[in-house]
Amino acid sequence: MTKLLEIDRLSVTFGGLHALKDLDFHVDEGEIVGVIGPNGAGKTTFFNMISGMVTPSSGDIRFEGESLIGLDPNQVAQRGIARTFQNVRLFPNMTILENVMVSQHCRTTQGMFGALFNTRSFRDEEADIRARGEEILGFFGTRLIGYRLEQPASVLSYANRRRLEIARAMAARPKLLLLDEPVAGMNPKESEELTTLIGKLRSEWGFTIVMIEHDMGVVRDVSDRVVVLDHGETLAQGSFEDVSNHPEVIEAYLGRPVEKRR
Amino acid sequence: MTAAVRAKSAPKTNIDRFLVVIKVVLIGVIAIGLLAFIAQQLAPDNTFAQWTHDGQEAQRLSWPQYRGLIVTGISQGAMYGLIALGYSMVYGVLGFINFAHGEVFMVGAFTGFIMANKLDEAGWWEGGMFIPAIILTIVVCALVSTATAVVMERIAYRPLRGSPRLIPLITSIGISFFIQNAVILLFGPGAKGYPSNPDWLEESIPGVGIEVKKLLVICIAAISMAGLWYFVERTKTGKAMRAVAEDKEIASLMGIDVDKTIVTTFAVGGAMAGIAGILWGILFRSVIATTGFLPGVKAFTAAVVGGVGNLGGAMAGGVSIGSAEALGPLMLLEPLGVKGVSQLSDAVSFTALILVLLIKPSGLFGERLSSEDRA
Amino acid sequence: MNTEITDSVHTVDTVSKGAFDVDWRKIGRLGGILAIGLVFIALVGMPVGLDGRLLIDPILSLGYLSLLWLPLIVGYSVGREVVLEGMAETKKGARDVVAGAAVGGLGGLGLSVLLVLVDNLDLRDPLVNWSPQLVEFLSFGSGLAFGFAAWIVIGVAIGGVGGLLHVLPGRGATAFVGAVLTVMLVAIFESFLTDVVDQLEFLYDNTGGLKVVWAVVLAVLAVAVALSGGFEKVSASRTAYQTRTGPGKARQTSMLVGIAFVALIVIPMVTGKVTQELLANVGIFLLLALGLNIVVGLAGILDLGYVAFFAVGGYTSAVLTSPNRGPQWPSWVPTLDGPGGWAIALVVTVLFASLVGLCIGAPVIRMRGDYLAIVTLGFGEIIRLLFLSDWLGGYFNGSQGITKIPSADFGTFEVKGTDPRSVFYLALAFAALSIYVSWRLERSRIGRAWMAVREDESVAEAMGINTVNLKLMAFVVGAALASFAGAIFSAKVGSVFPTSFEILVSIIILVIVIVGGMGNIVGVIVGSVVLVGVLGGPKQPGLLQEFSQYKLLIYGALLIWMMLQRPEGLVPNVRRTRELHQDEFLQDSWLRGEVDRDEAESVDAGDQLAGGMSS
Repeated sequence: MTKLLEIDRLSVTFGGLHALKDLDFHVDEGEIVGVIGPNGAGKTTFFNMISGMVTPSSGDIRFEGESLIGLDPNQVAQRGIARTFQNVRLFPNMTILENVMVSQHCRTTQGMFGALFNTRSFRDEEADIRARGEEILGFFGTRLIGYRLEQPASVLSYANRRRLEIARAMAARPKLLLLDEPVAGMNPKESEELTTLIGKLRSEWGFTIVMIEHDMGVVRDVSDRVVVLDHGETLAQGSFEDVSNHPEVIEAYLGRPVEKRR
Repeated sequence: MTAAVRAKSAPKTNIDRFLVVIKVVLIGVIAIGLLAFIAQQLAPDNTFAQWTHDGQEAQRLSWPQYRGLIVTGISQGAMYGLIALGYSMVYGVLGFINFAHGEVFMVGAFTGFIMANKLDEAGWWEGGMFIPAIILTIVVCALVSTATAVVMERIAYRPLRGSPRLIPLITSIGISFFIQNAVILLFGPGAKGYPSNPDWLEESIPGVGIEVKKLLVICIAAISMAGLWYFVERTKTGKAMRAVAEDKEIASLMGIDVDKTIVTTFAVGGAMAGIAGILWGILFRSVIATTGFLPGVKAFTAAVVGGVGNLGGAMAGGVSIGSAEALGPLMLLEPLGVKGVSQLSDAVSFTALILVLLIKPSGLFGERLSSEDRA
Repeated sequence: MNTEITDSVHTVDTVSKGAFDVDWRKIGRLGGILAIGLVFIALVGMPVGLDGRLLIDPILSLGYLSLLWLPLIVGYSVGREVVLEGMAETKKGARDVVAGAAVGGLGGLGLSVLLVLVDNLDLRDPLVNWSPQLVEFLSFGSGLAFGFAAWIVIGVAIGGVGGLLHVLPGRGATAFVGAVLTVMLVAIFESFLTDVVDQLEFLYDNTGGLKVVWAVVLAVLAVAVALSGGFEKVSASRTAYQTRTGPGKARQTSMLVGIAFVALIVIPMVTGKVTQELLANVGIFLLLALGLNIVVGLAGILDLGYVAFFAVGGYTSAVLTSPNRGPQWPSWVPTLDGPGGWAIALVVTVLFASLVGLCIGAPVIRMRGDYLAIVTLGFGEIIRLLFLSDWLGGYFNGSQGITKIPSADFGTFEVKGTDPRSVFYLALAFAALSIYVSWRLERSRIGRAWMAVREDESVAEAMGINTVNLKLMAFVVGAALASFAGAIFSAKVGSVFPTSFEILVSIIILVIVIVGGMGNIVGVIVGSVVLVGVLGGPKQPGLLQEFSQYKLLIYGALLIWMMLQRPEGLVPNVRRTRELHQDEFLQDSWLRGEVDRDEAESVDAGDQLAGGMSS
């Protein structure tokens, strides 16, 4: 397997505080990697860094062998990395269909000329964007299609907003999908269903996935490999079983056993 | 914590390259202008000076001219700084530019004009009664401007709290427009002249060569600034203001009355603008309804240059802008052979704003904003 | 919904209250505001200044109307209550009339007190309108005591009528409002109506103003139409059109557009010079507003220096066509004043303005929204200062401006300022082009991306949208459209001066876009017709020439009022409305049952974590 994403000794500091410190990380093509860690461990900063929203202070990020350092977020997305956000950030006043249409922006090319003269290629591309959008929304069953297509995203329930956000990321046609807590706020039934869908994202759509998740059940079910972050450093990585029995990981989550501290 | 933290690496897109070109050109013009200025100070008949001045010999600036320019710059800058405080505080607390703040200043200058004329009729403005008269005028100006700012907040800004960012900004443009035209209609469109200052105010201090009125302006500004500093840093209300600027929600959880604090912020900013208004009157002795616009924009520039939310920075920014405006045309543009440079002093301060925003958008002395406003 | 709530809906009923059981504090507050408002209007000089213009001869002048409308509205609004769900609604009745009358009385008292003060104190020194004429006006020329009493009585009466509107049954209120509006509009637009149809002059008196007889006839007509349900039919058919969807609506829309277009071509042919001049101004400002609408409405960039591009457009075409341009231009810059020359100049102008747009846009586009506003304002001012300066005086003649700009000659069709109709047609053609451009762009990939940038810039960026390029594109398109307007303007007026391009122009265009409705083409058209057509442009008079002194004040007040009450504009764009009223929108759709709810209660994420670790 080839390495899709490689991260070398990556550090970021915010005013003297190390959000991430000498992080090494890699993702193989076709892998699903779970990233876990206690709150404030630097997980979201890690995603922000990959997607170009935060510039690292040192280290290197390579995607398909090319460095991403210094690229704008839109260039990173253009290279094939799409993400979701922990605190769901849809375009709330655009319709559901528009949300998935707009994220295909970087995969489409029609410019002002096509729009002004309504050329054949412009119409074809529009039809294509729309069809693709509907196809992607159909992945989540009937929840986001039909009469919903023309509704603004703000009327959706929390769980459906999460689904739509994943759909929006999928529509950007990435190779690597970064999911930030995809099942947060969902009930057990919903998260179980989404877990299956995440599996399908790889098997049917061919995405490589890095996922931050607090729900250990989900992490266990879909991850090939789990990486534990704490205080901006990698604490452990390996299979879910290895990691969950790792003494330092348990300590990071549950604290030091009382007797040791004495 | 998103787009604000931008990549600091080498230019990548055409726009970045273009921006570099702009920066290089602007800084280049400044550097060449300065060099040419130094050259013509040393040798007014050097080749470059002759070339830029169509074969004429360049004029050398004398020391008293310098001194005059610098004092003018600082006194005007002190006035801008006082206005800038209002922009800075409101931006710190509410996160929007109160575009109508220039109008609060203008209202102060107008009140000053009315007061000064009435006092002049009563014979107070001349002679020994000038000092009590000016103190009375300052108090009244500050009160009227405070009232204007508070009413403005109550009518127009409070109902808009929590609406999209640009809405209060657009509203403030409307307010500015409204106040300007209301003043034109209420008091007539022409320029209003202040009574002439007492003679001793117009004279220079012997030996030092600084005009008394400019010194007075600088003193009043310094005293107001010191008072404000004490208020913000040392009193309970000031602490509440800083807390609200940091995080409104948390502040209200801590038992701070956010509405009242915001009103106080507007009031204090208004008072400073009112004092600046009377300073304008002393310096230029004339006011019209559109007086607020340019000093307003320049004061905003000063606030940005000093770092928005940073009170000391606002004052320092004001002095920098005032000096740039006074010295820039003669020290940078005139040596390059630009004709009629005094017309371009406004353009110089706008260019300074653009340059600062391009090179160091957080201002020379650092911003102090709550995290939500930084994005 | 469970039964409890349904029950409570039934138990809640309207409550009747006695005639004097009113909220005195609210009355006091609104009455005070009304009094201040009336005194302000009086001191601003509107009543005296507009007194010469008769509306209904000899009863009512525009001056009195400028005071009388306010008590009516405040008297009406004092009785308006926010009805909360589940709360008892107060029955409308005599108390609304009492409240209205009380508020009106307080307002009237304000004027009465002002009258006494003006008569006894001399404040004419700062306040220019503190004059004997004001006393004369406020006392109706019949002495102080009469005036004092009269204003209180008038206030009570009009405020009471305002309150009465709540009590009247639906059609009654419509009839009253309809009658008043009809008479007032016919009276106010006297010059326009007689300009369009000469035969209407029989309605008016020689000295101006409707004849009383005809005023009564018009009022009776309006009442008759209202009582027969005529107004309701109009509004019903409008709702029918708005709610309609599918191909039927598209057909209706294209029919309406067609009718409007034909009307626009025909109207200038039948009207007189005054109206044509007006239409020409409307056309130029429409063009400007359409451009700014792309920048502000679609891409969400608040550009306050928009006038810069108008200026660049005007000056560039002036330099290229006028023989009177500055002497320092090198000879290779041609003077294109022959037939067809203007068209070539226009192409160069637009290209050059786009280039300037790019140069101004590039440094500012990354700044945050409010900084951008001020910096563009600065650029607008710098450009004007450069045109004004002695430094470039050899090119642009400084404050002398460039004069003797030839008319736009297309060979067969010549556009010149003395023939405003031709200017209107030219502006119309370009406006049609701009409308097409905005309409196509809005519905394209670019338009969608603009929308996303407007909603959440950093997410749009993370989704692969090059926000900087897109915003720059909007900026440049806006600049190009403004330069069209500039070129037409210079050809129409025949000269350009730096004073034609003050910041004022930017603000007025912004008001047009906002009042009409940001991001909405129909709104922008309505905005420019209503504002520029009726009130007038920055220097151009509108239909209400009497108001030219006060129009900027009205523009400012309008901008504030719109932002506070109706930020989405007169003709709202559905999406913009949603953005601006997100909470209310969600509430409404929740009440209609459109919001979907989660299938079950969400489980606390922390519990899941603990559960997962222990398993």
